[in-house]
Amino acid sequence: MRIELERRPRASKLHALLSPLLALALTVFFGGLMFMALGKDPLSALYSFFIEPLLDTWSLHELAIKAAPLILIGVGLSVAYRSNNWNIGAEGQFTVGAIFGSILPIVFAGWQTPLTLPMMLILGALGGALYAGIPALLKAHFNTNEILTSLMLVYVAQLFLDWLARGVWKDPKGFNFPQSVTFSDAATLGPMFESGRAHWAFAFALIAALLTWIMMRFTMKGFQVAVLGQSERAGRFAGFSSRRMIWFSMLFSGALAGLAGISEVAGSIGHIQPIISPGYGFTAIIVAFLGRLNPLGAIASGLVLALTYLGGEAAQLSIGVSDKVTRVFQGLLLFFVLSCDTLILYKVRLVLAGGKSEGKA
Amino acid sequence: MIFEAILLTIITASTPLVIASLGELVTERAGVLNLGVEGMMIMGAVGAFAVAQMTGSPYIGVIAGIVSGAVFSLLFGFLTLTLVANQVATGLALTILGLGASGMLGESFVGIPGIKLPAIAIPLLSDIPFIGPILFKQDIAFYLSIALVLGINWFLFRTRAGLKLRAIGDSHGSAHALGINVIRTRYLAVMFGGACAGLAGAQLSLIYTPQWVENMSAGRGWIALALVVFASWRPWRVLIGGYLFGAVGIAQLHAQIIGQEFGIAIPAQFLSMLPYVATVVVLVLISQNRRTTLINTPASLGKPFVPDR
Amino acid sequence: MTEAAIVPLLSVRKLTKLFGTFAANNGIDLEIMPGEIHALLGENGAGKSTLVKMLFGVLSPTSGEIVWNGTPVSISSPGEARKLGIGMVFQHFSLFEALTVAENIALSLDDNVPLSKVAEEAAALSRQYGLPLDPSAHVADLSVGERQRIEIVRALLQNPRLIILDEPTSVLTPQEADKLFETLDKLRAEGRSVLYISHRLEEVQRICDRATVLRHGKVTGACDPKSETPSSLARMMVGADVASVERDQSVAIGAVKLETRNLTVAARTPFAVSLKGISLSVRAGEVLAIAGVAGNGQGELFDALSGEFPQADANAVLLNGVPAGTLGINRRRLLGASFVPEERHGHAAVPALSLSENLLLARSQSDRAAFLSGGPLGLIRQGTLSDATKRISAEMDVRKASIDPPAGSLSGGNLQKFIVGRELDRQPSVLIVNQPTWGVDAGAASRIRQALVDLARSGSAVIVISQDLDEIFEVASQIAVISEGRLSAPYPAGEMTMEKIGLLMGGMHDGSNHPEAAHAH
Repeated sequence: MRIELERRPRASKLHALLSPLLALALTVFFGGLMFMALGKDPLSALYSFFIEPLLDTWSLHELAIKAAPLILIGVGLSVAYRSNNWNIGAEGQFTVGAIFGSILPIVFAGWQTPLTLPMMLILGALGGALYAGIPALLKAHFNTNEILTSLMLVYVAQLFLDWLARGVWKDPKGFNFPQSVTFSDAATLGPMFESGRAHWAFAFALIAALLTWIMMRFTMKGFQVAVLGQSERAGRFAGFSSRRMIWFSMLFSGALAGLAGISEVAGSIGHIQPIISPGYGFTAIIVAFLGRLNPLGAIASGLVLALTYLGGEAAQLSIGVSDKVTRVFQGLLLFFVLSCDTLILYKVRLVLAGGKSEGKA
Repeated sequence: MIFEAILLTIITASTPLVIASLGELVTERAGVLNLGVEGMMIMGAVGAFAVAQMTGSPYIGVIAGIVSGAVFSLLFGFLTLTLVANQVATGLALTILGLGASGMLGESFVGIPGIKLPAIAIPLLSDIPFIGPILFKQDIAFYLSIALVLGINWFLFRTRAGLKLRAIGDSHGSAHALGINVIRTRYLAVMFGGACAGLAGAQLSLIYTPQWVENMSAGRGWIALALVVFASWRPWRVLIGGYLFGAVGIAQLHAQIIGQEFGIAIPAQFLSMLPYVATVVVLVLISQNRRTTLINTPASLGKPFVPDR
Repeated sequence: MTEAAIVPLLSVRKLTKLFGTFAANNGIDLEIMPGEIHALLGENGAGKSTLVKMLFGVLSPTSGEIVWNGTPVSISSPGEARKLGIGMVFQHFSLFEALTVAENIALSLDDNVPLSKVAEEAAALSRQYGLPLDPSAHVADLSVGERQRIEIVRALLQNPRLIILDEPTSVLTPQEADKLFETLDKLRAEGRSVLYISHRLEEVQRICDRATVLRHGKVTGACDPKSETPSSLARMMVGADVASVERDQSVAIGAVKLETRNLTVAARTPFAVSLKGISLSVRAGEVLAIAGVAGNGQGELFDALSGEFPQADANAVLLNGVPAGTLGINRRRLLGASFVPEERHGHAAVPALSLSENLLLARSQSDRAAFLSGGPLGLIRQGTLSDATKRISAEMDVRKASIDPPAGSLSGGNLQKFIVGRELDRQPSVLIVNQPTWGVDAGAASRIRQALVDLARSGSAVIVISQDLDEIFEVASQIAVISEGRLSAPYPAGEMTMEKIGLLMGGMHDGSNHPEAAHAH
């Protein structure tokens, strides 16, 4: 028995819509099996993982808080990946964005004006963009693979943040905790609603997704991304510069990651500390793919992935499984997304021994 | 002898890089780009540690590490070879899943003292002054790494199967037209890469730091990937590059001590950045020469292949 | 005829191959006798390649029977085909660039012959058949003709009884083709059979004993090609008379539209050809055809002329008198030039994008006012784009399944008609086309050639880079030959002969490579 693929004459629109849903269903199914293997009742475990966090206001706010950076980064990555630039260092750009934006509230803590927060956000985006500019420069001018360089720079950024939080930026009055001073109110991203903690980063994420979608759908810039991403040669024929696209896509995704970083620090955490992200930059890779590299799709997939974080925490509390299951769920999800995407371009059929083929999906 | 001790630590630090990189070299020579080395390595590390704990035998642990890596790589093979999924994205998925799954599987082992693989002294040779203790009083992983360099070199350039594998990496379409089974060979190459990454992981959790720590591979899988490019897909150069990278990693430890002696306090974080920064620098230097890269890169690397039947 | 006396070496009965619901081969019958050169005729897409891939075990038939030497066989892999005694020379060579000649040959031998022995045998065999080869050379460094020799020697090493050659002369100079025919005669004299696939009728008439003609996956005729005429063979292939290109001999020749002066370009990659001092000029009303064997700098010349890779010297290329050497492709388009590259998928067009998007691909800057709005925002005007797409499709008779399908879903001929139409729609004053009808069906090819000739007639200058000599004689008013990155002087089409082209293709330059000399005719 073997699996054979037959290329469809054209990409299936139906499967393009169904594939993320099918991937989700498979992830839930295999997640259930995993809970069973851990000796838990799969249904109640899945309930507390995926449903319970959606049932009260507090956790909906938490969902928005966790979804915001995922959507912001995921939107940027979907543009980068569509242009065939594999920025996988968003975690580092997120970190550097947070560091850049935090210069104002930590180094210039006395400067508290209505301009402080906007300047912090701009600095954050700038920091993320500059940091993504390193792999962009190396790829555009030295032909160096951006996958490896952007990833190596994640480790560098994290170590740098660690040094800041334990060293020069440590709050002298902080009982030797590795933390900076707490940001002033003028440097804090406020809540969006009366009812809870969710702050404006979620709004930024929605706006960024919408604007990026418009860019991709209706403008020449989006067209350039699509053309250069599919064929550099055709892009050159159109007069588009792949070198400039490297810069654009890396800086764009870096800036959004940086904005996510400073928003997280200024909105949720309130100070600098050695670890500021539960791997948002990596999880956002999954967000981008689950959203089919579509900025609006990233909103939905960002919410789903945010739910896996909450679900992990909830499951740890209610049924006593490790919150590490979150990462497993996320990994499984990406696997299934990639598998199901095959259905968009190919008909998959199972061939039984003897060469007789049975049509399927 | 301090010098001898330093050399020994460099070898121990380099061995996992060399092994994982050799496996990826074979995979890439067959035209498959598996970015999931980090994930396979960490699965090997946790598998090896767990089985060593359960059986009490570090050798069975090593085998378990190899098997874990190989089995885990099958996931990648199924997606990219059978379902023709994007190799870059699938490699990332493998890494994300590996880091997550190993964290969960290894949770109960955190803080438990590990079982260290003993060194095996080779009679007579290990008595040679200086060289003996360094090269012939080593653990099994080191011996295997040397055997792998020799073996892979022989396989790729002296055997018919190796010729076929290189041919597939050069042009899978032509290979298919000649009747070479592209997909089967690639599955084997991917699994070999997984097995090597698993062995490298086992070295980490049973030799280098005999314990289980989450994310203990710490980017070594990615450095191994860079090493393949550095070595321009040649086994001997992997060995050389591996020791250079290992030396950088060890240098950071000594730099701190030396710095302190001179009254300079270099923050530990900056020294820890060294291997990563060095990797970036080396990649830039290597890619400067576009011509060599173009000639050496397997021509069908990373490209999807669907056979017509 | 001969069946009673001799058993056919190969006979194929009711062979059918379905891809989904599409029948690439539909009930094919074919018989090959021992010691004959049998032609398989058909135009692009007729199903020739599918048929031979089944005979060589690369594809498996959906139904039907293959009988070898009187015994029904099932050939499930190239290895089995080789064991039976079938050798194959592929059209798009199945060679490995990074490997040596000996390694390439060793790969198709089944048993574990040591490499040194392979090299020895290959060298001996290549001498015997007059096909010189260096076993230790890397394929990447070899010419197309040399690569074909490897394929032939590789097939001969197995001592096959049937050799299949797929369009072998499409990459050869006329002289190289003559040598190949001598080799084939030798093979026939030894009692081997040859299945010779081609769409070149003269060749088939010259060397083949019998012919089977395919059209739309079916056999439409079996004949003795020597007793047919080219036009009767063409009718069997195409199913109808193909309009020949109409030319107006008295075209007014105008001012110089495109000129290059000592255009010199270093090779960009290790596998590329460098251009050496190319000087040419094309006037309004002229079609300059550039002949040459594949891989002699055609692609590089196109890149240099299109501005996809601009030059350092502004005066290297002049468009309508304006120095354009340093300008990029869109600036050159704004000077009135249009370009059609060789590769349809991934160069001239992006397969996954729709036709209207592929229209925008080539014309986003040259027709900015028509297709974009919103100033720096660059909003795409869907309406005008789809109108233009409709207009071009109607003008060039582009057949498609829906109004604006992805480019990749069109057949080669229809997509090429659209790509050429996309440029003609601009009324360019200079058009540069690389291999305009490569892999295109006869109907589309004739339409495209007519369009090129008509464009010149309306006062534009046209450069056609082509490997197809028939095409060159059909459209050209001037002919030059490119060889190893050097361009010969142009000759008026009427003064050029096949033999002369062949000599120039082989690099025999007459030393008069100067535009002054060329225009002194």
